[in-house]
Amino acid sequence: MIEFFVDHYAHVSLSILIGIGFFGMVAKRNLIKKLIGMSILQASIILFWIVTAEKDDATIPIIRKGDGAVDPTEYVNPLPHALMLTAIVVSVVTSGVAIALLVKVYRNYGSLEEKDVLGQM
Amino acid sequence: MLRRRSDNLIVRVTARFVAPLIQIFALYVLFHGHYSPGGGFQGGVMVAASIILLRLALGHRATQRVMVTSVATMGAALGALVFAAVGAVAWRYGGEFLDYGVIPFSDEVAQRRSHGILLIELGVALACICALVSIYDDTLTSAGRGEDRDD
Amino acid sequence: MIRLPPQMKIAITLLGVTVFGTSLLYAISAVPDHGAVYAPAHRDTSPIGSTTPGTYYLRNAYADAKTPNVVTVVLADYRSFDTLGETTVVFCGAVCVMLLLRAKFREWR
Repeated sequence: MIEFFVDHYAHVSLSILIGIGFFGMVAKRNLIKKLIGMSILQASIILFWIVTAEKDDATIPIIRKGDGAVDPTEYVNPLPHALMLTAIVVSVVTSGVAIALLVKVYRNYGSLEEKDVLGQM
Repeated sequence: MLRRRSDNLIVRVTARFVAPLIQIFALYVLFHGHYSPGGGFQGGVMVAASIILLRLALGHRATQRVMVTSVATMGAALGALVFAAVGAVAWRYGGEFLDYGVIPFSDEVAQRRSHGILLIELGVALACICALVSIYDDTLTSAGRGEDRDD
Repeated sequence: MIRLPPQMKIAITLLGVTVFGTSLLYAISAVPDHGAVYAPAHRDTSPIGSTTPGTYYLRNAYADAKTPNVVTVVLADYRSFDTLGETTVVFCGAVCVMLLLRAKFREWR
């Protein structure tokens, strides 16, 4: 039991983070808080991919000596890093669009509480 | 509110001191991205952060000379266009789209790819800087009359 | 809107948290250990016999592009179509915020 948590400490803590983000998206009644929950969920997914790239006794994927055969066990997997780099930038831009939409909602309804906005609809 | 300059002298002076340092480090991150962690996205976001820092500290109107809002949106389009143009140049030399191994920067194919990656990173950095500054400026536009109101 | 009593709400929340957490823990038990070199993502070939991209990129990136940073090569060379689409997404986000909020485009909305 303890061994399970020691071997998978990153995944267990990330699933707690996923739970926090999901809870924020579903249960909170303020639209800004929903957005914060979405950001936490995105960050946890990105960290999950980065954890997937880990190898024991490996360093960052920057080839050291140049020419010659490269031993892949010396470097962590570069693919999740490249994919998540694009995901981070896209998540920043989607947060920007979401904030713009929230600004419009606030100007139209004068509130960001879900109750007030739904009541005026 | 956020469009006005800060009332605190320390905030203003510190922001003006720190912003060029951030920009120099961003250029290092951008152009040294081939040999160390870094690249177009990271360097671009750091330049955008320095510009937003100046906007927060010195006010919206005074920092328009750093980057004009309407120019920022066009710059985002230009960055994406630079990326696509580098891909289209490969067509000119008989390759496929985005295959920079055929563009004659140098004699060696691998070296050509290295230069092509640098051009791509420049386009990405331009798109990143301009898009983030444009999003920040547009989010702060006031609901009132014009977009130039400073309070 | 349906009005639920508070005890009911707490019960539903607890049920949801329990189901969610149990399924996540069950899924984690099948994941390889943290940092394991034998994980399927780090092998040379995938279970169906094709080459795994991560190790392929590590072996060939420097020879292909004379760039030591493998992440840069993957981002801008092997997967440059992906990055092109992503740059377009960044531009589209800027245009979207501009059309939503900028005063010049008020009559467009």
